[in-house]
Amino acid sequence: MEDGCETQHWLMPRTNNIKNHKFMSEEATGDSQLPLWEVFIQSKPGLAHKHAGNVHATDGEMALQNARDVYGRRNEGISMWVVPANAITASSPEDQSSFFDPANDKVYRHPSFYELKDGVKFM
Amino acid sequence: MSESKEHIAFQEKIDNDIKIEPKDWMPDEYRQMLIRQVSQHAHSEIVGMLPEGNWITRAPSLRRKVGLLAKVQDEAGHGLYLYSATESLGIDRIELIQQLHSGQSKYSNIFNYPTLTWADIGAIGWLVDGAAIMNQVSLQRTSYGPYSRAMVRICKEESFHQRQGYEIMTTLSNGTEKQKAMAQDATNRFWWPSLMMFGPSDKESIHSSKSLKWKIKRESNDELRQQFVDRAVPQGELIGMTFPDPDLKWNEDTGHYDFGEIDWEEFKNVINGNGPCNKERIRARIKADADGRWVRDAALAYAKNK
Ligand SMILES: [Fe+2]
Ligand SMILES: [Fe+2]
Repeated sequence: MEDGCETQHWLMPRTNNIKNHKFMSEEATGDSQLPLWEVFIQSKPGLAHKHAGNVHATDGEMALQNARDVYGRRNEGISMWVVPANAITASSPEDQSSFFDPANDKVYRHPSFYELKDGVKFM
Repeated sequence: MSESKEHIAFQEKIDNDIKIEPKDWMPDEYRQMLIRQVSQHAHSEIVGMLPEGNWITRAPSLRRKVGLLAKVQDEAGHGLYLYSATESLGIDRIELIQQLHSGQSKYSNIFNYPTLTWADIGAIGWLVDGAAIMNQVSLQRTSYGPYSRAMVRICKEESFHQRQGYEIMTTLSNGTEKQKAMAQDATNRFWWPSLMMFGPSDKESIHSSKSLKWKIKRESNDELRQQFVDRAVPQGELIGMTFPDPDLKWNEDTGHYDFGEIDWEEFKNVINGNGPCNKERIRARIKADADGRWVRDAALAYAKNK
């Protein structure tokens, strides 16, 4: 480890500022942050997989290994899915009311819409 | 500022404690404040691995080594959860890393101090993670959904970090005179920098009022700092530690500890790059990034040719 500072007592004032490093864009350097994958974990048998977060990886196998290390260090689950983030199509918040609207005005989809004769049991 | 319809709806959600999610409308300033805060938080977790990593190979026993190793690995995870949360605000990971390396984005000042002895690992777990926990517990209730979820996850993992450090301090304080002195020396050096972790005092803090109004932060810097002092002092006294502050004393009337004025000159000086380890920390991060480059290139080439 090149921690030169670790051997010196720190109350000595230092004057050397961090030089501003020049950085090039991703296109110029060709470096990549790697594609994004969303991670889903099933915590117990019988439960649905639940979104846990995301990782960067080149392929599914690497994504799974990274996800195990990042989101599974303490027995968080028994099964894990990774999905390329760009493969997910999501509804948008602006459309929220119109998108979910049909559910609101169809009261006949709920049991309370139907009348029961007094005294009926197990229904 | 003229309040648009969106602004009013946004503030209403915040007031009703409804979380803001990545695709929801948000004021640009809210987005920028969050990018700044969450990325600095992420950088702190990552840079924070360096001073502790410094002692992994020299841990005094296998028990200490596995504990420290697991803690440092957790901090890497914390950095990744927080980078993810920042990316959800529309900024690339690669840009965040470049902002750290160029000095444009800061990280917690505390990691610009060196770890000179094994006792520093104890003091860091006890005081530095202790201060971080105080802040993070409060941030679980932050208004931005992905940040809040990252905080919930992080808080679950943090409590072992502090216990790990306090156990080291307890052991040393029950040891030889030399070991006791080592623990006291670490406490002396880490006490003030730990108090500085909460940031400038409320009357100086430029971002505080908006941050509280938008519930990015839920408690002010000074409130959190006071809570930390109130908890840490009895913990230290229990293991025979004293604190390097002659003004530190219990105040019957307020029900809190009074403490002395923080040296804000030192704080500013270290933030501006003049702490003992600023240069080494950034150099180590740039080197790690450069050394990992061939791995990313090879993995991408392999994935393309599959
Ligand atoms: Fe952490
Ligand atoms: Fe921690």
